[in-house]
Amino acid sequence: MSDFAIAAEAPRASVRRRRFGFVPWRPALILVSVCMVGVLAPLIAPYPPLQGSLGDKLLPPAWLTGGSWTHVLGTDLLGRDILSRLFYGARTSLGVAAVAVVVSGTIGTTIGLISGYFGGALDAFLMRLTDVALSLPLILVAIVLVAALGTSFANVVLIIVLLLWPRYARQIRGETLALRERDFVALARIANCSHLRIIGRHILPNVVPTLLVLATLQSGYVVLLESTLSFLGAGIPPSTPAWGLMIAEGRTVIESAWWVVVWPGLTIVALVLSGNLLGDWLRDRLDPTLSRTR
Amino acid sequence: MSRFIVGRALQSLLSLFVVSLVVFYAARLTGDPTVLMLSEMATREDAARLRAHLGLDKPITTQYALFLKQAAKGDLGESTRYRRPVTDVLAARFPASLQLGSVAIVISILIALPIGVYSAVHRGTTLDVAGRLLAVLGQSLPLFWLGLILILIFAVWFGWVPAAGRGGPANFILPAVTMGWATTPAIMRLTRSAMLDVLGSEYVKLARIKGLPEWKVVWKHALKNALLPVVTFSVLLFAEMIAGAIVTETVFAWPGVGQLLISSVNTRDFPMVQATVLLLASLFVLGNFGVDVLYAWLNPRIRYGR
Repeated sequence: MSDFAIAAEAPRASVRRRRFGFVPWRPALILVSVCMVGVLAPLIAPYPPLQGSLGDKLLPPAWLTGGSWTHVLGTDLLGRDILSRLFYGARTSLGVAAVAVVVSGTIGTTIGLISGYFGGALDAFLMRLTDVALSLPLILVAIVLVAALGTSFANVVLIIVLLLWPRYARQIRGETLALRERDFVALARIANCSHLRIIGRHILPNVVPTLLVLATLQSGYVVLLESTLSFLGAGIPPSTPAWGLMIAEGRTVIESAWWVVVWPGLTIVALVLSGNLLGDWLRDRLDPTLSRTR
Repeated sequence: MSRFIVGRALQSLLSLFVVSLVVFYAARLTGDPTVLMLSEMATREDAARLRAHLGLDKPITTQYALFLKQAAKGDLGESTRYRRPVTDVLAARFPASLQLGSVAIVISILIALPIGVYSAVHRGTTLDVAGRLLAVLGQSLPLFWLGLILILIFAVWFGWVPAAGRGGPANFILPAVTMGWATTPAIMRLTRSAMLDVLGSEYVKLARIKGLPEWKVVWKHALKNALLPVVTFSVLLFAEMIAGAIVTETVFAWPGVGQLLISSVNTRDFPMVQATVLLLASLFVLGNFGVDVLYAWLNPRIRYGR
């Protein structure tokens, strides 16, 4: 009896394993822990992110001579605790990434669905718009716009949304185009479903895997873009704890205090790398047809 | 094919138009440049006279039309910071960016080609997988941080090369490696796929049947044909690299166009920002156009697929 149960169970487990393969635990773990740290920052950070005492400025990490365990990763130019600022920086970066990805995903998906479903002149117009948006030099436009509008959380998100939506629109439109010709859509039409219902109930659920892959891959890209903009002085406003800003501030003291620059950078690399690896893995699992570019 | 090129060219022009519009209006939003230009003793009348002199008192649409007309003649105005025509300032800065870009692309190719070829020949081996990992890592590192880390290790700790500025050949090493970091994986992957295509072809089989040594088949017969798209692509990548040089030039205090852009934004030098962004955007758009046309030429499916 037990033998039979095992025999019946075995194929299902192996099917599941084939579908999801090995889960890249390390990237997933890093991603989840950075998210946790960002959410819990006020509870777990040893110091407030903006509090510093000039007497403690540029203290090295604890394990070096001169360092102390009160500031594990050392302090920056103004004597602020780097570990605490890293925690709060996770908040900033993930906040920007989350809002930007959700908003641009919503806009891009809506345009892609409409464009692919209705086709015709509307499709032609929307896709030309997307093409132009895609061929804009991203970082140049971002620098100029943020410099003009000033640095704020909202502006950074706005810029990134402007730059990201076309990628969703293009991809979702392509999939909608193929889904539109499928039998279940034709049947829904025969059953007199409204356009809204066909798009929302029959097409949208089928593009969700693609959306997930794109969103994961782009979240890493957004973190990179945001930190680069902040580094150039065209991103997050200077008083906020953000990794790109921490690196920009540490630049001036790199010869005497390497830790100010190294820690935020390593955090960015770990986060972006995990995002990219997870995204690649999701793409291979959920949607093998999705192109390998970006 | 010609239809594809015309359509793509129109699209490029349209995006340049959008860039010029964005740049023009955005620059107007950053604030009044006369505030920075006048001395503290200046009166209201002085300010008004200066604004009239710079054309800032006219309606903004008129200013834009005027700007386009002048730009078409190659006159992009005078830098409010340097008090010189912006084209002169750009012409003085551009060679530095061009030099750095050239060195970076050469280094990039020198690293990417051998790895790409090796990955194609020994597909699935440890080095191939390592190459792919390197490509992912290349996309995940913030360039500005990489630049600083290189400075820290090779200039501060070892003292082998200068940290910043533009002097002798040693000054090129760190910025060029930083810039090449982003392009190397792209060239590597392209080489790999081009080599894989060629290695499966009939004439490579023939070369093997003839009994040529394997290294000659791979490095001479196959590579020669795989090289064409790789080299063309690298040349076109060059334009994009210059546009992407902003970060690198800022980190290494390299006196090029990218650094000029950031400092002009910070000093609210309207005409300078406009001209710099237009130049970089043109290079970028031109590069993209070139890559698209090249790919459509190489792969007819792209031409008709859309």
